[in-house]
Amino acid sequence: MKRSFRRVLPQLLTLAALMALVTLFFPQFLSIDYAGGRLSGPVIDVLKRGAPVALLAVGMTLVIATRGIDLSVGTIMAISGAVAAWALSSGWGAGPAVILAVGAGLVCGLWNGCLVAIVGIQPIVATLILMTSGRGIAQLITEGRILTFDAGPFAWLGSGILLGLPVPVFIWVLTAVGVAALMRRTALGLLVESIGINRSASALAGVNATVLLIAVYMASGLCAALAGIIATADIRGADANNAGLWLELDAILAVVIGGTSLLGGRFSVAASVLGAMIIQTIDTGILLAGFPSEYNLVIKAGLVLMILLIQSPNLVGHWHFLRHSLRRDPDASPRGAKS
Amino acid sequence: MLLSIRNLSKSFPGTLALDDVDFELRAGEVHALLGENGAGKSTLIKCLTGAYRRDSGEIRLEGNPISPASTSEAQELGIGTVYQEVNLLPNLTVAQNLTFGREPRRFGLVDGRAQRKMAQEMLSGYNLDIDVGRDLGAYSVAIQQIVAIARAVALSGKVLILDEPTASLDAAEVRMLFDVVRDLRDQGLGIVFVSHFLDQVFEICDRLTVLRNGRKITTEVVADLDRLTLIEHMLGRELEEATEHEAAQKDPHSRSRPELLRFEGIGRDGVVEPFDMTVHKGEVIGLAGLLGSGRTESAELMFGVRASQGGRTRDADGPVAHGNPREAIQSGFGFAPEDRKTDGIVADLSVRENIILALQAHRGWTRPIPRSEQNRLADEYIAKLDIRTSDAEKAIGDLSGGNQQKVVLARWLAMNPRFLILDEPTRGIDVGAHAEILRLIHEMTGQGMAVLVISSEFDELIAVADRVIVLRDRRHTGELSGSDVTSDAIVREIARDDADPRTQRGAA
Amino acid sequence: MKTTLLTTAAVMGLAAAASAQTVGFSQIGSESGWRAAETTLTRQQAEERGIDLRFSDAQQRQENQIAAIRSFVAQGVDAILLAPVVATGWDSVLEEAQEAEIPVVLLDRQVDSSEDLYLTAVGSDLVHEGEVAGQWLADTVGDQECRIVELQGTTGSSPAIDRATGFRNAIEGMDNLEIVRSQTGDFTRTGGKEVMESFLQAESGNEICALYAHNDDMALGAIQAITEAGMDPGEDILIVSIDAVPDIFQAMANGDANATVELTPNMAGPAFDALEAYWSDGTEPEKFIQTESTLYTQDDDPMAEYEARKDLGY
Repeated sequence: MKRSFRRVLPQLLTLAALMALVTLFFPQFLSIDYAGGRLSGPVIDVLKRGAPVALLAVGMTLVIATRGIDLSVGTIMAISGAVAAWALSSGWGAGPAVILAVGAGLVCGLWNGCLVAIVGIQPIVATLILMTSGRGIAQLITEGRILTFDAGPFAWLGSGILLGLPVPVFIWVLTAVGVAALMRRTALGLLVESIGINRSASALAGVNATVLLIAVYMASGLCAALAGIIATADIRGADANNAGLWLELDAILAVVIGGTSLLGGRFSVAASVLGAMIIQTIDTGILLAGFPSEYNLVIKAGLVLMILLIQSPNLVGHWHFLRHSLRRDPDASPRGAKS
Repeated sequence: MLLSIRNLSKSFPGTLALDDVDFELRAGEVHALLGENGAGKSTLIKCLTGAYRRDSGEIRLEGNPISPASTSEAQELGIGTVYQEVNLLPNLTVAQNLTFGREPRRFGLVDGRAQRKMAQEMLSGYNLDIDVGRDLGAYSVAIQQIVAIARAVALSGKVLILDEPTASLDAAEVRMLFDVVRDLRDQGLGIVFVSHFLDQVFEICDRLTVLRNGRKITTEVVADLDRLTLIEHMLGRELEEATEHEAAQKDPHSRSRPELLRFEGIGRDGVVEPFDMTVHKGEVIGLAGLLGSGRTESAELMFGVRASQGGRTRDADGPVAHGNPREAIQSGFGFAPEDRKTDGIVADLSVRENIILALQAHRGWTRPIPRSEQNRLADEYIAKLDIRTSDAEKAIGDLSGGNQQKVVLARWLAMNPRFLILDEPTRGIDVGAHAEILRLIHEMTGQGMAVLVISSEFDELIAVADRVIVLRDRRHTGELSGSDVTSDAIVREIARDDADPRTQRGAA
Repeated sequence: MKTTLLTTAAVMGLAAAASAQTVGFSQIGSESGWRAAETTLTRQQAEERGIDLRFSDAQQRQENQIAAIRSFVAQGVDAILLAPVVATGWDSVLEEAQEAEIPVVLLDRQVDSSEDLYLTAVGSDLVHEGEVAGQWLADTVGDQECRIVELQGTTGSSPAIDRATGFRNAIEGMDNLEIVRSQTGDFTRTGGKEVMESFLQAESGNEICALYAHNDDMALGAIQAITEAGMDPGEDILIVSIDAVPDIFQAMANGDANATVELTPNMAGPAFDALEAYWSDGTEPEKFIQTESTLYTQDDDPMAEYEARKDLGY
């Protein structure tokens, strides 16, 4: 317990600092209202709007832990959203629509996994294939338009309220907790880390690296499908061109902010979803602060750069060195009577 | 005095890596730097080459105090280094590697012809007949090693540090390298030689300095020293000379023990010719042969790393599957591979996780080994194998080579296999751990486990193996057992085959 | 229609009087619903006028378009419609068409070649669209104070810049109208919804009087955000947007949206009109034919408009 808390401490501190910063520009940031059976306020918006990236980050964490990367998650969101909207508009119920969408995500993951684990294509290239071609598939399903459907149980997944909180919040929190538990309560976490650090040594120790790799990409596809369902349910329509566009990069960023190395190995799902919340806090903060939109990306890039610099082990080393020499200075001076 | 080091200290958080160390190097000598892993050899070298900044102390080169801040600065001062893993670029040509950073130019462009000429001149004293226009990677490690030396000598020219230069060379290549080293010594260079191979130290070195736990123990003239005293210096305790410890418990009748496994017709085109091997309970089989003779490949075929074309394997109960590592493990096999870093350890995982990895993979992901059981296993094997680590949660990558090897052994012992393959189990590890691993092999077989040991050190095979299978040119060509297992016999076996007309390509 | 054609043919004194005119159409692709609707309407217009349309989808590649035009020239079509994917690099192929005496009409987008090389260009005026939207809002609120929030298109894109400019032109000098927040929603529904949520948080909902969205999709997302915040879009907050896609008419029919300015996908109608005039007596049209930026409100029978548009492929 204590150990895992210490693992996410940097991310928690970053998030707290960021929230303080946003509050400077937008004083009501932390205010939460309760009206009509629902909580509302900027923080609730962050939790809800951060759902897609948080979900993608969960899957991406596992993929990155195996020393891979999944560039196709944004596209898988579009495909699964299109499948769900198609199912709904063809008169199927919400249940079948969810099952079909999740199934589409799993199939996409299986495709990626086979390319990486069996064919042996580098992950960045293998998933790039689906990233670029997948939007075409989604457009074929929606016939190139925004496929809309009426509010109903499916829309509830995107904009419904449960126990005063938006439903997407429950979906990403439960997914993250579920995946983290699955990894740490079973041996999966260890085996995934081990193939990420040294696939060849792990295979020689009897770890079934091929099956695990495929499973990890399928998990990523599943998380992307859930994100796609939320995005589609939220606007009650599947937008094949724009759903999840560039979100794979935000997801990778969330994992990096969460401190999981792109070289694979040790991972923390909790730190990655905190990373997603950090990114969403930046996004929402920018919108609330009311700067002209030309500055959005500059501000975001600046903040992300700062966070990564502060978290960089190199810089921490320099910082210790600096502090050390500062502390030593007074001792060296004749007046230094402290020691 | 060419190089003198006085009162050098260097500490890292938690450890004092070098404690007041003195070291002197004369021009025209080969000076061995010895010590167990963790004794401070590499820290000392890194302080010399500018990779580390020393905390205190003084380094003088030809009487002038120096304090190099980077390897390139050390190079300019005259201190060149060649590492075990050659730090050149295999996809550039030999000439490009040799002249890298100071290419002859003409009209601002690299002048290829002048570059090759320059490279040939640099290599002229080294008795190498190679095409400097070819990629460096096309040549053997020994030649790459010599090219690296040529570059270091040309750049620096006063002090040459050789860090484990012979670790991946075979006997002929070592001879070739030593000729070069002697030549350079006679030209007046000061050479620091770091190696685990004591035979080589006795062969080539004039003086030696022993470090232990960050302190200098002694500097001696090699000719005045015997092996036993040297090993005592290194280990700091009385110890019988491990590698010459004749195997009293060698069992000439190992083959009359109950049969455990029978491999028939295992082989693969271009890898190893089909071979038969019968393994008996509790015996140690050695595989001997030169580099490239098919030793490792034989092991890989038996463990399913490579698939065998045809052939079959049986035990008393029927067929045994070993088509891939997981099947082999199911069948009770274990395999500690030659290249510990790339195929053995999972560097960022803890000692505990590395020990339980195979067992966990065998149980399947749905049945995690309870943490208490993991801790128990880790503690048990840390104690049993005397693994030196501050605790079981330390990353295995931070351990010394010998301790890493013990963890890999522990991983397999935790599986309780019936047939364990150890490929070069003592390569690159210090004398103390070396002896312990040999002791462990005896212990394991005492409980009925069969062990296959691959080693390029014949002494080691003689010490542990009940019988030795000799390989030559990707064939299993002969077998020695009982009292026939001697260094001479192995060499003769390899040589005999060499001259045997049947091995000439006619048969194949 | 047939009569017109026959007359045309008679006047021109062509031997093949009875045969229909053939027009080649090089379309960019089908990257958006609007583009799909443009294709559908072009086909419809051609069919109504008895024109034989040869369609070529360039899949976003200029080389495909150039190849298509060369093939149209080789086939000896009577005119070429071109929706150019980029502005540059058309000179030589347009010259080839001119040498073959085939008139070329540009649809929707412009090229930077000399005006002599094409007959005319049909397109909308993005600034004008913004002006129409702004004018409608100014007329609707009258003298009342009105705090406006604006959902911009993708930052730096020409529709976003021009539609912002046009809207500001229209409300300039009216002190009761003020744009209090302006942020990009990237022309998407998700973007519109997310940014509108933040507007509602930042301006505490009831102080916003109107929303101006650079396209209908963002407005549709914003409508959802307003509804979910417990307010009534169209009543509590006036909503005006641009494009006139089918879904916005449905929202207007429900009373959720107030007005939209049409960016007509019917570029082919004016193009064919100009071509027919040119064929009949050689009338040279203006070099730029601006399509109408029609304003639709809740009074314009939005349900009927929806029905008319829903099958165009938006």
